[in-house]
Amino acid sequence: MPCSNESKPSESIRTVAEFAVTRRRLLLGTAATVALTSVQTVARAQSGAADDPSILKVGFTVNGEARQLSLDTRTTLLDALREHLHLAGTKKGCDHGQCGACTVIVNGRRINSCLSLAVMHEGDSITTIEGLGTPQSMHPMQAAFVKHDGYQCGYCTPGQICSAVAVLSEIKAGIPSHVTADLMATPPINDAEIRERMSGNICRCGAYSNILEAITEVAGREA
Amino acid sequence: MKSFTYERAFSPAAAAVAASRRRGAKFIAGGTNLLDLMKLEIETPLHLIDVNGLALDKIEPMPDGGLRIGALVRNTDLAADQRVRQDYAVLSRALVAGASGQLRNKATTAGNLLQRTRCPYFYDTNQPCNKRQPGSGCAAIGGFSRSLAVIGASETCIATHPSDMAVAMRVLDATVETVRPDGQTRRIPLAAFYRPPAGTPHLETVLESGELITSVVLPKPPGGRHVYHKVRDRASYAFALVSVALILQPDGDGRIALGGVAPRPWRVEAAEAELPQGAKAVAAALLAGAKPTGENAFKLPLAERTLGAALIEARA
Repeated sequence: MPCSNESKPSESIRTVAEFAVTRRRLLLGTAATVALTSVQTVARAQSGAADDPSILKVGFTVNGEARQLSLDTRTTLLDALREHLHLAGTKKGCDHGQCGACTVIVNGRRINSCLSLAVMHEGDSITTIEGLGTPQSMHPMQAAFVKHDGYQCGYCTPGQICSAVAVLSEIKAGIPSHVTADLMATPPINDAEIRERMSGNICRCGAYSNILEAITEVAGREA
Repeated sequence: MKSFTYERAFSPAAAAVAASRRRGAKFIAGGTNLLDLMKLEIETPLHLIDVNGLALDKIEPMPDGGLRIGALVRNTDLAADQRVRQDYAVLSRALVAGASGQLRNKATTAGNLLQRTRCPYFYDTNQPCNKRQPGSGCAAIGGFSRSLAVIGASETCIATHPSDMAVAMRVLDATVETVRPDGQTRRIPLAAFYRPPAGTPHLETVLESGELITSVVLPKPPGGRHVYHKVRDRASYAFALVSVALILQPDGDGRIALGGVAPRPWRVEAAEAELPQGAKAVAAALLAGAKPTGENAFKLPLAERTLGAALIEARA
């Protein structure tokens, strides 16, 4: 009887490699489990009542990819991204629109994804931190945050970067801010303007001065 | 959050009809305030009517030289509109003094008018609050009242209205346009839009069940120098302790409304006649009959000084 427990050395190495999961993958795995539970809830709800009126289909584009979901009407865009699409880059901080960790760009505009229902985004085009760039090919704003050390713990960073990218577009589009001296002129790009426009993104570690340097560098390059 | 059903409305009249027919229905536009309150179960609608598809997102010139602002125009777009920046600068200034860039991108004109108070006792569901739970009492009176109203409040509620935009619209003599479930439209001056809290602080506006705001109309440009001065605990992204919206004409006439001090934008037209006498006289007339608490009495001298600073800026 052949010994089935014995494995070849190469397989052992692979097994070790498989166990060396990153924290990110572990978290994504957890998110997938949660998502699976949600899907089962949906399935149960649908089998219980032929058409549960609080479960709706919605379709939108995320980072260039068309996605279709069946969601409880209560699902925020943030939860749809994290728990259902497993895009865990967008972070849940306060979940009340006060901290900016959940900032994503919808149809070219930054919003708090925690204060928006997923079913209200039919047909929208959504960009998350994953869509801005990848570790191999970073967006200039991501690269500038790395260069200037614009974070410590990193939790607020995806929201900071999405917000920063949109802030530069808003200035370019001539949208005034609280500190804009002349309402009729194109707003300047300076420290006061960037600080004011980034006030909806809180960094508990206090990396603000480095974040400001990163945004200033990208703004200068774009100008 | 409590479970709810959801539909998209395709005409203002149909939205109003749907809202009057469904028990526990509410309109949702930007949702930045409503969803926050739904998560806390302070708002518990059974049915949401999404009005974002109603094509009420235009800013149009009126025959008399004024502007009609669609109910769904986002705060960012209203603040950035060239005509608003040029002719109604106090409105642009008030808008960019409020909230954050992310919130202004979502928040709408009508939703801004209808946002609820940020009184800490309204938000704390363990506390009595006549606005949240009629008849339960007011924990703010005698409680932590530093941010709350000093005038125009009542024995049952001392909440303030949190909007900056509404203060500028009040000084601009804006009018709210609505459609009711029976299809009738009406125009409500902003001066008559908010109800005094009296014994029913949960009834905040004169809107009827199912009535939908379709636009806000600004009269022809008032001219003069426009100033919005906001004093708050942080330099950005905080509600007003006191704010002043001021339009000052070259001949010294002017209009003034205050934010952060009352359950609605606070304007007393008679007080504006005191302008030649200076900020002290105007503030005294504007805040005559104020009933501050021990914690928020500082708002009275703060309002006077903020008005003084606004007048200096307008005359510069």
